[in-house]
Amino acid sequence: MMVERTPILDTCTYIFLMVGICVVGFPIFYAITAATLPLDQVARVPMPLVPGDQFLINIHAAWNKVHLGRQLVNSFIMAAGITFGKIVVSMLGAFSIVYFDYRFRKVAFATVFCTLMLPVEVRILPTYEMAANLLGPLQWLVNVLHLNPAVQWVVGNNFEISLEWSLLNSYTGLILPLVASATCTFLFRQFFLTIPEELCEAAKLDGASPMVFFWKILLPLSVTNIAALVVIEFVYGWNQYLWPLLITTSPNMTTAVIGLKDLIPQADDVPMWNVAMAGSLLVMAPPVLVVLLMQRWFVKGLVEKEK
Amino acid sequence: MIKRSHFKANALAYLLITPQVLVTLAFFYWPAIQGLLQSLMLSDPFGRRSQFVWLENFVRIFTDVLYLKSIGITLFFSLATALVSLAIGLAIGCLANRALRAKALIRTLLIWPYAVAPAISGILWLFLLHPSYGVVAYFLKNVVGMHWNPLLNGNDALFLVVVASAWKQISYNFVFFMAGLQAIPLSLIEAAAMDGAGPLRRFWVITFPLLSPTIFFLTVMNIIYAFFETFGVIHTVTQGGPGGATNTLVYKVYQDGFIGLNMGASAAQSLVLMALIITVTVLQFRFVERRVQYTT
Repeated sequence: MMVERTPILDTCTYIFLMVGICVVGFPIFYAITAATLPLDQVARVPMPLVPGDQFLINIHAAWNKVHLGRQLVNSFIMAAGITFGKIVVSMLGAFSIVYFDYRFRKVAFATVFCTLMLPVEVRILPTYEMAANLLGPLQWLVNVLHLNPAVQWVVGNNFEISLEWSLLNSYTGLILPLVASATCTFLFRQFFLTIPEELCEAAKLDGASPMVFFWKILLPLSVTNIAALVVIEFVYGWNQYLWPLLITTSPNMTTAVIGLKDLIPQADDVPMWNVAMAGSLLVMAPPVLVVLLMQRWFVKGLVEKEK
Repeated sequence: MIKRSHFKANALAYLLITPQVLVTLAFFYWPAIQGLLQSLMLSDPFGRRSQFVWLENFVRIFTDVLYLKSIGITLFFSLATALVSLAIGLAIGCLANRALRAKALIRTLLIWPYAVAPAISGILWLFLLHPSYGVVAYFLKNVVGMHWNPLLNGNDALFLVVVASAWKQISYNFVFFMAGLQAIPLSLIEAAAMDGAGPLRRFWVITFPLLSPTIFFLTVMNIIYAFFETFGVIHTVTQGGPGGATNTLVYKVYQDGFIGLNMGASAAQSLVLMALIITVTVLQFRFVERRVQYTT
C-alpha cells in the first residue's frame, strides 16, 4: 500500500480508537459495576469503580420488585412472534407479488409499501381504538346502514347488534399489528427478482405446483436473508416501547423494557440504583447477545434492509 | 416488476397476499383514515358526541404556545441527536477503517449498543447524569463547576435525553460508515498520498465527498429515529418534563390524546407528523436513486 504508515500515526489511531471504545462502553461498564455493589456503596458519591459481589442478590431483588420474570417471557413471546410473523407474512406476500400475474398485484404492493409512511407514532389513538375493538369497522358499517332499527323492526323487540373483539392485554394484540412490514416485503421482493428465471421454468416443466416451488426452491435459497432478518426483527420486537405501552394495562401483560421504569428510584425512594442497573442488564441481555452472536447476519441485515 | 416465468393467477395468489393486506388495512389505513376524520372533528372526551369543525383543530394547535414550543424542542433535539451520533460514528468509523489489526474485535466492541432499547439507554444515562448519584454529574459539578440538575433544569434535561438517544445510535452510524468507507476505492487514496496529500487533507478532499451519499442517508435516518423512536427515552426518563422542556411532538401526541383524551387536538398533531414523515420518505426515495448511481 502506498499510503504512509508512520508508527506515530498508527499509534494515534489505536489510542483514539481505544478512547472511543471506552467512551461508548463506559455506560455499560458503569452499569455492570453498579449492579454488583451493595446499596451503601452504590449510594456513595462518586461510586467506587471496582465491581462487588452482589450481582445475583441485586438481580434477585429486581426480579422480585417488579414482575420481571413474567415480563421477560412476554417480551420473548412478543419478539419471537413479531419476527416469525413478519418473515412469514412478507415472504408469502413477496412470493405472490413476484411470481403471479393478477390484476391487483401492483395495488397490493403499493398498499403494503406506503405503510412506510405510517409508523405507529403518527396514528396512536385510532390504532389503539382498532385494537380495543377489532370489529370496530363492522360496527361502523352496522351503524351507517342503520341495521339496528331494521333488525329491531324485523325481530319486533329490543335488539341491538354489538360487535366487540378486543386485543387489549393479549399476545395477539402485542404481535398482530406489527407483523405487516413494508421493508421486509420489499427486501424479499428484491431478492426474488434476482433468482434465475430458469429455476421457475424448470419447476414448472417438472409439474411442480407454486407451493412446492416455494418450499423446495425459494425457501432454501432465502435462508441467509431470513437469518439476517431474524436478528434485526428480534431486536426490533424486543425493544418496542410505544405499542406495548398503549395496549397493555396490566403489569402481567406488559413487556420487560416497559416494566423497568418501575425500578428507577424516584426522589423520595431509597436510591436502589444497583437493583435498577441489574434489572436493566438482564433486560438488555437477550437482544445484545443475539446481535453479538449473530454479528455477521446482523450487519448484512442492517445494511440490506436500508437499501 | 414480475418474473418472466411466472405462475397463472389463481386463488392461491390472492390467498398469499391476504394476511399482509388485511393487517395493513386494519392497523394502518383504517386508523389513518379515522385519524384524518378525527382531526376535523371536535368531540367530548367520551367520544359520544362529535361535531364537524373543519380545520379548527389545526388552527388551535398552531396558535398554541405549548405546541409551538414543542416544535422548537423537537427540532433542536433531533438535530442535536443526529449531529452528535453522526459525528462520533464517523470519527470512530474512520479510525476503525485505518486500523489494520483486530478489525473484527473492534467492530464487536462497538456494535452492541444498537441492541439496547432507547428506554434502557435512557435509564443508563439517567444514572450517569443523576444530580445526586451520577458519576458524570459529579464530574460536571466538581471538575467543570456546572450547576447540574436534569431533574429540575429544562436545558440539562434536554441535554440528558440527547446524550441517551445519540449514544445508542452511534453503532448504527458506525456500521454504515464502515460499509461506506470500505467501498471507497483504495487507488484514489493512494493517488492522493503519492501527490503528497496528508491524512487530514485526504479525508476532506476524497473520503468526505465520496461518503456524502452515506452521510445524507444517515442524516435522514437519524432524524427519523430522533423524531419517532426516542419516545421510550422521554417516557422513562423525563415524561416530557421538567416544565415541558423535553416534550417532543410524538410525546405530546401521546400525552394530549392517550392521557388527556383530547381527540381532536391529538389527531391534528398526528396528521402534522404524518405529513412530515411522508415528505421525508418521498425526499429520501428521490435521493436513493441518485445514491445508487453515485456509488457504482
